[in-house]
Amino acid sequence: MVGRAYPRVIGGVREPSWLFFDTFLPLLGIAAFILYYQAIGAPEVFAGFVVLGGAMTAYWLNVLWSMAAQFYWEKEVGNLQLYLMAPMSRMAVLAGMALGGMFFTSVRAFSTLLLGIIIFQVEMVVTSPVSLALVFVLTLIALYGMGMMFSSLYLLYGREAWHLSSLFQEPIYLVSGFYFPVRALGFWVALAASIIPITLGLDAMRQLLFGQESMGFLPIDTEILILLALAIFFIIGARFALNFMEYLGKREGRLTLRWQ
Amino acid sequence: MGNAIECRNLTRHFGGNRKKEPTVALDDVNLTVEEGELFGLLGPNGAGKTTLLKILATLLLPTSGSVSVLGYDVQKDAQKIRPRINMVSGGEVSGYGLLTVRENLWMFSQFYGVPGSEARERIDELLETFSLLDKAEAKVRTISTGQRQRMNVVRGFITDPDLIFLDEPTLGLDVSSSRTIRDYIRKWVRDGSGKTVLLTTHYMMEAEELCDRVAVIDRGRILACDSPQNLKRGVRKDSAFTLELTPFAGIEEIAAVEGVRGTSIDSGGSKATVRIVTEDESAIADVISLISRKGGKVLSMTKAEPTLEDVFIQLVGRGLV
Repeated sequence: MVGRAYPRVIGGVREPSWLFFDTFLPLLGIAAFILYYQAIGAPEVFAGFVVLGGAMTAYWLNVLWSMAAQFYWEKEVGNLQLYLMAPMSRMAVLAGMALGGMFFTSVRAFSTLLLGIIIFQVEMVVTSPVSLALVFVLTLIALYGMGMMFSSLYLLYGREAWHLSSLFQEPIYLVSGFYFPVRALGFWVALAASIIPITLGLDAMRQLLFGQESMGFLPIDTEILILLALAIFFIIGARFALNFMEYLGKREGRLTLRWQ
Repeated sequence: MGNAIECRNLTRHFGGNRKKEPTVALDDVNLTVEEGELFGLLGPNGAGKTTLLKILATLLLPTSGSVSVLGYDVQKDAQKIRPRINMVSGGEVSGYGLLTVRENLWMFSQFYGVPGSEARERIDELLETFSLLDKAEAKVRTISTGQRQRMNVVRGFITDPDLIFLDEPTLGLDVSSSRTIRDYIRKWVRDGSGKTVLLTTHYMMEAEELCDRVAVIDRGRILACDSPQNLKRGVRKDSAFTLELTPFAGIEEIAAVEGVRGTSIDSGGSKATVRIVTEDESAIADVISLISRKGGKVLSMTKAEPTLEDVFIQLVGRGLV
């Protein structure tokens, strides 16, 4: 895990330009939503929803592109076969990627949160720091577990799985309620979207930071329990999926097939 | 000593469905490589060498047959094999350009759980052996292709494997770099008790110089397997000639002359060089007659001692192209 985290950390230190791009550019995206909400006279709390959603976007993008889809790049440059030949666990490689990218992702997330609060004068009240921390950690574990499960697709597929990642990216912003309370989509859509851990994670965090105004989907305790179940499901599922897809990849001869 | 590699009736197919026959990459391969052996695998492009290496390296499953590596079944015990093997391919671009040579090597050593201090020691030692110590702190994206390939070879050896697969490790390297790698491989096998190398190469001289035994593979089948000396002895009853000719249309028809067992033709430039293996010397008269008929001219002709290349030509029917 340390071995694979290493190039991420070193890469970030050697190319500091990411600091500018990851700190200021995400603000443009959330500014557009906030200005739109202000223009239509939405309640002020919506600016807070957008800032929170913008911060959590960093983790979603990290899971999708810097972990799940990373096997695609590794396959293309020939690293994947060396990873798979090595006696290490596939989950350790992925955890290394996640861990290595965690610092930079967190810098993006917290800078978005901080600058968003300052620039757009968002008010948040942390009613229960312990619950907030628990929700945040469970959301990340479940989210990264889902990313690990998703990455198994790249052991068999190439461009097809890449398209699936692209397909996932934008719709999730909508159905997971990154910038508005997910309850607005209706019970059944919100329930279906809850399979993506960030949906309930965001909803619980909104409830813990904005109280009654957050229009929560389910009670916080229920959401924490579901997040716990999702975290366990995705981590165990990822282990099985990686083993199974590796077996299929070896059988079909696609494990190290480049230019797919 | 036991066997490092054992393939029994190994077959591997790719693709295929109701409408299309599968591609047969390996066809009933039987092969044994002993521990401590430097074993060469020779074959033209598409012969099945890489498929065989991938199966042995636990990256691909056989369609049928059994394969054991270091005493373990590749299908059932891949996790027991992996800590003890490594692979280096010619022209590979693995690693990360942003990391230095030393950092890349350290990263790969960690994948095998080599303790930090031991890894650093081995890295320094190998970098010195491969004349890369002065590039240790250079980012990989800034070093030359040859230096990168030497770094790849170091990567293969830092984990101190019991069995290493070298897939054309000197591909595209200059004479000096190739020699450094060959010298190291030879020393590594000689000094390590039971250390085994499976080498694939396009360079016949390399195989002849390094390998204890060589298998010739073509179209997924092992055509011959023996020491280079014994293989050459088998050709000695045949005759090998090298002809320099003025190029002419239909030069490849030489291969069809009765009594010719195989040819290797290099027809680039103002003259063509043809290496011919014949069943007996009399066949060369028919070859020269054909050349004259086709408008070609023989510039020089030498009768040569059979080399491994002649063995290859005789078995495969063509040169390594």
